[in-house]
Amino acid sequence: MHTKSIAAFLLGTALAITATGGALAQDKTVKVGVLTDNSGLYADLGGPGSTLAAQMAIEDSKLATKGWKVDLISADHQNKPDIGTAIARQWIDVEKVDVFMDVLNSGVALAVNNVVKEKNSVMINSGAATSDLTNAQCTPNTVHWTYDTYMLAHSTGQALVKAGGDTWFFITADYAFGHALERDTAAVVKAAGGKVLGDVKAPLNNADFSSFLLQAQASKAKIIGMANAGGDTTNTIKQAAEFGIVKGGQKLAGLLLFLTDVHSLGLNVAQGLNLSSTFYWDMNDQTRAFAKRFAERAKNKAMPTMVQAGVYSGLLHYFKALEALGGNPHDGAKVVAKMKEMPTDDPLFGKGSIEPNGRALHPAYLFEVKAPSESKAPWDYYKLVGTTPADKAFRPLSESACPLVKK
Amino acid sequence: MQALFAQLLVGLINGSFYALLSLGLAVIFGMLNIINFAHGALYMMGAFVAYFLLNLGGINYWWALLLAPIIVGIFGMILERTMLQWLTGLDHLYGLLLTFGIALIVQGVFQNYFGSSGLPYAIPDQLRGGMNLGFMFLPVYRGWVVVFSLVVCLATWFLIEKTQLGAYLRAATENPTLVRAFGINVPRMITLTYGLGVGLAALAGVLSAPINQVRPLMGADLIIVVFAVVVIGGMGSIMGSIITGFALGVIEGLTKYFYPEASNTVVFVLMVLVLLVKPTGLTGRAA
Repeated sequence: MHTKSIAAFLLGTALAITATGGALAQDKTVKVGVLTDNSGLYADLGGPGSTLAAQMAIEDSKLATKGWKVDLISADHQNKPDIGTAIARQWIDVEKVDVFMDVLNSGVALAVNNVVKEKNSVMINSGAATSDLTNAQCTPNTVHWTYDTYMLAHSTGQALVKAGGDTWFFITADYAFGHALERDTAAVVKAAGGKVLGDVKAPLNNADFSSFLLQAQASKAKIIGMANAGGDTTNTIKQAAEFGIVKGGQKLAGLLLFLTDVHSLGLNVAQGLNLSSTFYWDMNDQTRAFAKRFAERAKNKAMPTMVQAGVYSGLLHYFKALEALGGNPHDGAKVVAKMKEMPTDDPLFGKGSIEPNGRALHPAYLFEVKAPSESKAPWDYYKLVGTTPADKAFRPLSESACPLVKK
Repeated sequence: MQALFAQLLVGLINGSFYALLSLGLAVIFGMLNIINFAHGALYMMGAFVAYFLLNLGGINYWWALLLAPIIVGIFGMILERTMLQWLTGLDHLYGLLLTFGIALIVQGVFQNYFGSSGLPYAIPDQLRGGMNLGFMFLPVYRGWVVVFSLVVCLATWFLIEKTQLGAYLRAATENPTLVRAFGINVPRMITLTYGLGVGLAALAGVLSAPINQVRPLMGADLIIVVFAVVVIGGMGSIMGSIITGFALGVIEGLTKYFYPEASNTVVFVLMVLVLLVKPTGLTGRAA
């Protein structure tokens, strides 16, 4: 009896080992999870559009014709870090999700970042802004694809200080993202010789900004930096017009403005605003072709935002890495290492690379919102003012606090 | 000091919305005994109706102020006739759950069609610009909101507390059988009251459309605060909800100045304090 059970145990183990061994070499299944805000204030800039972008990346990668089986699921984290991490754990443990896409909202992203590292999964973050994801909080499992607060601060902040905006007041969303954006922008302003006169931390998802705008007005700062996003930014801009802030000589700086925000405000209100982005649908033939295909399938025929574009191209690069590995090792750090090894190249963000800290590099563009008379077609909103090359757009490795960066 | 005055005034403006919305809630609770969680969604519908009237029908803001409450009010009355009326006599919880469900459905439908970032609605030409009050720049539109909502609130109070119709209404909630014996159609009166409460929510929605973006979630963000206002003021008390509405707007405004991080929790802290000291609310009658 005793020897029999030992033999059975050994046989079982041997079978199990061969089974996993085989899987390592040939497993061609991938499960993609889009974790985003499907119902709240960021749902238009990411949300269902991010899931659509992931779907398009799966189709365009043609993995199915090469013998791969790719599944896609999506969930709403409701902008709550606790819900985000609960979904992340369930996705990894039960659903066997291999890669987390989008994960907008910096608070949720930082929380999920820890789970993804602990469970050796992969996060290709497109929507979260905080530069901490590739700085102090960097992990070998996370790639930050589209943009970050450092890029926004440098591109928009520097341009405005150069144009004479040397005193600033910040209206900041009171959570990880707003704090990071204010910190990074204030550093740029000070480095360029400007001064920060004050700030106010407004609760997330606030409807009335008049109190905060009055404080900004009283500060007499030349620039009012809006370190917030989505509905918060559009309400701030709209109400600033009401309180005669721009007419009074102060200038608004939308530190993070998305295409959908401009669409929602209308050009009458939004014209003249400067903003930074790493993607705009009307850049070249390739972006236009993608945007056209995207809009046909999107809700309300909306053009893709940079977050949605980032989901598409980030996922394409992930698939390339899997193909190069010859199968899915289900080992997050290994896949991300491969992604960093390979240069990035896709129709939306062009040629680039991924730094050891997980930061994807590509050029950043400074845009100005067109006046209604300049806009020739629906969604024709931006004109290009300046370009920061890929190697200058993001935090240099020499300044990085990421432990993965060897100095 | 100047800044303080400005913040007080801004608080009063937000208070107008709280007052209008909590007034509607108080009317509905007082007369129908229904905790109307759909109030935020109906407020949002008011703003959307104004948007549609302008963009599809070319009907301006002033007409929207009249038409949107009527249209949404009719929608409310249909809700009352088809669903809410069956809950008479049941525990409050049923009405709360039903209206909460309705709110989620309405919001979900709007979000599905119009997204989350909202639609623009411009301030009407007559109310553009602002006045320099010395201590602050007051946009004309904001001044209008305060004055107009104050008038509407007082008119509603007058209607319910001081007129014959109001007396019937109050009597019908106390003893519907007896009032019916006098030949008064009580169910119709209740339906009309619900329509009135809903109309007030829609009116607040139209008023807020030029200030905030017209967004499917605009009501969901506001309704919880408004419920706290109603609880503080005392469930069902008409004057109580008007006064607490304005007062809490001011307190919130001051918090935004002195400690902005707490500005969206201060109302709830107050609610806890009031419930501890006087569970029926500041002006509420004992249940």
